[in-house]
Amino acid sequence: MSYLEYTVKSVPTGFRKILHLNWPLALLLASVCGVGFLMLYSVAGGSFSPWAEPQMKRFGLGLALMMVVAMVPIWLWRNLSGLAYGVSMVLLIAVALIGDERKGAQRWIDLGPIDLQPSELMKITLVMFLAAYYDWLPARRVSRPFWVLLPVLIILAPTALVLEQPDLGTSILLLAAGGGLMFLAGVHWAYFAAVIASGVGLVTAVFQSRGTTWQLLNDYQYRRIDTFLDPAADPLGAGYHITQSKIALGSGGWTGRGFMQGTQSRLNFLPEKHTDFIFTTLAEEFGFIGAISLLGLYALIIIFCVVTAIRNKDRFSSLLTLGIALNFFLFFAVNMSMVMGLAPVVGVPLPLVSYGGSAMLVLLLAFGLVQSAHVHRPR
Amino acid sequence: MRRNRAENDANHAKLTRRAALLGGVQLLFMGGLAARMRYLQVDQADQFRLLAEENRINIRLIPPARGEIFDRNGVRLAENVPSYRIVIVREDAGDVDAVMARLSQIIDIDLETYERALEELKRSAPFLPVTVVEGVSWDEVSKVSVNAPALPGVTPEVGLTRVYPRGSDFAHVVGRVGRVSQKDLDALENPDQVLRIPRFQIGKINVEARAEDVLRGSAGTKQVEVNATGRVMRELARREGQSGADLQLTIDSDLQRYVQARLGDESAAVVVIDCENGDLAAIASAPSYDPNLFIGGISSANYDPLLNSKYRPLVNKTVQGAYPPGSTFKMLTAMAALEEGIVGPDETVYCPGHLEVADRRFHCWKRAGHGWVDLENSLKQSCDVYYYDLALKVGIEKISAMAKRFGLGVRHDLALSSVNSGLTPTKEWKRTARGADWVIGDTVNASIGQGFMLASPLQLAVMSARIATGREVSPRLIKSVDGVEQPLNGGAALDMDENNLRKMRRAMYEVVNNRRGTAYRSRIIGEGMRMAGKTGTSQVRNITAAERARGVTRNADLPWERRDHALFVAFAPYDKPRYAISVLVEHGGGGSTAAAPIARDVMLQAMAGGEPPLDAYPKGDRARIKKQQERLRDLQPEAAIKGRDQA
Repeated sequence: MSYLEYTVKSVPTGFRKILHLNWPLALLLASVCGVGFLMLYSVAGGSFSPWAEPQMKRFGLGLALMMVVAMVPIWLWRNLSGLAYGVSMVLLIAVALIGDERKGAQRWIDLGPIDLQPSELMKITLVMFLAAYYDWLPARRVSRPFWVLLPVLIILAPTALVLEQPDLGTSILLLAAGGGLMFLAGVHWAYFAAVIASGVGLVTAVFQSRGTTWQLLNDYQYRRIDTFLDPAADPLGAGYHITQSKIALGSGGWTGRGFMQGTQSRLNFLPEKHTDFIFTTLAEEFGFIGAISLLGLYALIIIFCVVTAIRNKDRFSSLLTLGIALNFFLFFAVNMSMVMGLAPVVGVPLPLVSYGGSAMLVLLLAFGLVQSAHVHRPR
Repeated sequence: MRRNRAENDANHAKLTRRAALLGGVQLLFMGGLAARMRYLQVDQADQFRLLAEENRINIRLIPPARGEIFDRNGVRLAENVPSYRIVIVREDAGDVDAVMARLSQIIDIDLETYERALEELKRSAPFLPVTVVEGVSWDEVSKVSVNAPALPGVTPEVGLTRVYPRGSDFAHVVGRVGRVSQKDLDALENPDQVLRIPRFQIGKINVEARAEDVLRGSAGTKQVEVNATGRVMRELARREGQSGADLQLTIDSDLQRYVQARLGDESAAVVVIDCENGDLAAIASAPSYDPNLFIGGISSANYDPLLNSKYRPLVNKTVQGAYPPGSTFKMLTAMAALEEGIVGPDETVYCPGHLEVADRRFHCWKRAGHGWVDLENSLKQSCDVYYYDLALKVGIEKISAMAKRFGLGVRHDLALSSVNSGLTPTKEWKRTARGADWVIGDTVNASIGQGFMLASPLQLAVMSARIATGREVSPRLIKSVDGVEQPLNGGAALDMDENNLRKMRRAMYEVVNNRRGTAYRSRIIGEGMRMAGKTGTSQVRNITAAERARGVTRNADLPWERRDHALFVAFAPYDKPRYAISVLVEHGGGGSTAAAPIARDVMLQAMAGGEPPLDAYPKGDRARIKKQQERLRDLQPEAAIKGRDQA
């Protein structure tokens, strides 16, 4: 069913929309952010500066943004998704040409007070654009080779640009989210089987190529893979993060050391204790109970999104909601796997908890879209 | 596009199936994460807790050694010297009050530091080491070590302290370091982790601050195993940081020392610049202060006199001060007129002692007037009326533009703090900055470097070097970083008529070497060392009509703050310029009496590479100079001895 077929009149209008928001979802998001503030306060040694306070301000801004996005009818967003994707592509190209280089990677555009990371924006606009694409595409064409190739190109173009920065983590996220959306849209099984098979082939090739003249990855990326496979080999160098974070996690035990009592994460000068490795602090201070609770909150957010998506009869809305949920899932799944030594250290923050304005704003904006889909659903 | 309902339902059913499937996979993965969490945090907790607790491995930052600073000959101007301090970790000490009490019985701690340390100990995190006393002797360190069993949590640590062996000579060049303040941290977008080490030091002013990035280096880490009480059992591994890069300055420390000694407590500034490449050979501001006093915090007993002195020792007068350049500016007024072709060097102007402009009478310093004067005579005798006349013909815009080409009104980028750009006024400037229209009297004042015209001693030295060479000499202070020679800047031809420049240099030569020149008493007679220059005396106050009627009051009769500034700019040797100099003596009286003699002494010292031979001075001065040299030799023994060997 397309939005043209239901009566627009039955959709709430004006301020009544606020009553029709998915309030439980909003509450869940706010509580995850709350956990973030608590942890940022703790890693700063019991101080609102330098992290907790700016993060709270950005949360306020993000929440307002989410509301505004939610108030705008979802069909308007659908019509804008092509433009949004185009703008993100332009920004990605711009960042490759004129962006600031930080920590050896070119990811940022300096926009005066805000530093924009276009790859963050792309995570959402890619999902938007693909959802709009599959909403428009008649179902019988979905699995035809040409109509499969098109979205593949739509996914690969930004992925290649992000990989060039170089930002391995985000490019994997883009690829996985895009692929996931194609799967949801009903592309035939065989395509995925083929991709997985060739993926396995590629991984073999990557390892075979190491040290030869046609080496496929940067040395630092190989080192990260090595570290992942055997962190003990280089405990002071590349494996340092993982070893330290595992010790911190493990020493938390069932109930943790108590708020602000974590020693490992603070004593050891983990360089990214407030961003990528913030989960270790949580796990150390609040133990297994704290860590599993955060995971539970995340799981609830995913479940809420999936349920609201399935109930929504508008194809664009449900695809978009599922895509954003998938994105969110990939975020925390990759981060937690990384911190717990299950995946290489690729530099993906813990969503809504890690310090960083760009990621939080974009995520809240994305959930604004989810809310809009919910408010304006066909009734 | 309208689709039929059956197709839509089929689509949605498929979507639902796949969404449920993907959702299921996601939940499964989360289950896996939960299992991993359980494995790490519950099943293996004991093992990790052991690692974390009983045999804790700590990573500690090793502060990098700060880069050292040398003069052009490799003399150390800033160095790092080991120093010992006592630190306490609260969680290891247990009863902090008792431990502190015992510690104070073993070593001497004054009450103020004792209380400050106790307060800091109670406020900071329990596992952070807090410095209790700094700068303790090796003797005291051994006493603490011997008594270690009674002093849990107390450890002596060795660190590096910044020392400035040349003391006050380089306070206004090298500057100083100090503790990292909250202000320093706020100023940085992404402060280096190492700055958060307690008592880490950061450059505060001048080269130390401006070259902070290269001097600081990066922190190393060491992995140490500590036992349950926090005592370091052994060092497991160490990754060395990168020490800061060493800097070499263009300054000749012996010349710098001589200049500071020569200036003494006078409120004055001297800049000596190499005409060839723009290297600053000396850049001295007096009175100065000892930067070593600031390391580790200066007491108010030491600080207040520095802050309150009317001679402003904390101000670097060479670059921070902007003064009316007075008659030293006349070369530029003349150059503007010559380059415009408005007057020829031999054209004469009649000076009756004053000039009437727009119902105002502008006086020449010589009330009786100079009669008919041409360029050379006007500069030699510093006739004002000649330049009033020129300025009225050329106009302020051309004069200011010419001044900019000679380096006035331009901010020369040196690694010093608060470099002033001075001011070369224009009509536009006055309208926007003062909200008033330019009047013709402003032009008249500017022509002799008074009124709105402002320049720093550095700019005046650059101006002299540019006149001497006809090239765009630009000052350089940092010669090399980590052994890598820094690029010279500027040096292109000024693109002015060489004839005009030659006339100007000749006129400056006459100022010093002609019997009627204003600086004749400060001439150099040594062959191949002859100096060309220009005196300047810039008014700090307006001379009222009443004063003029009484006869201009003599400077010596005025209170210090109201006396004129004395200036002198010069270059030497005249025939093959090597150094250019500017001298400013705040409220020193006349340029010819207060500033020119200093310039001569410094120039000779620079050219001789040490104490100059007496026969470079005119016969009548030698006895006096000999006494002066002996006195200065006592003030700067090392330099004098070295100088004599070379001379």
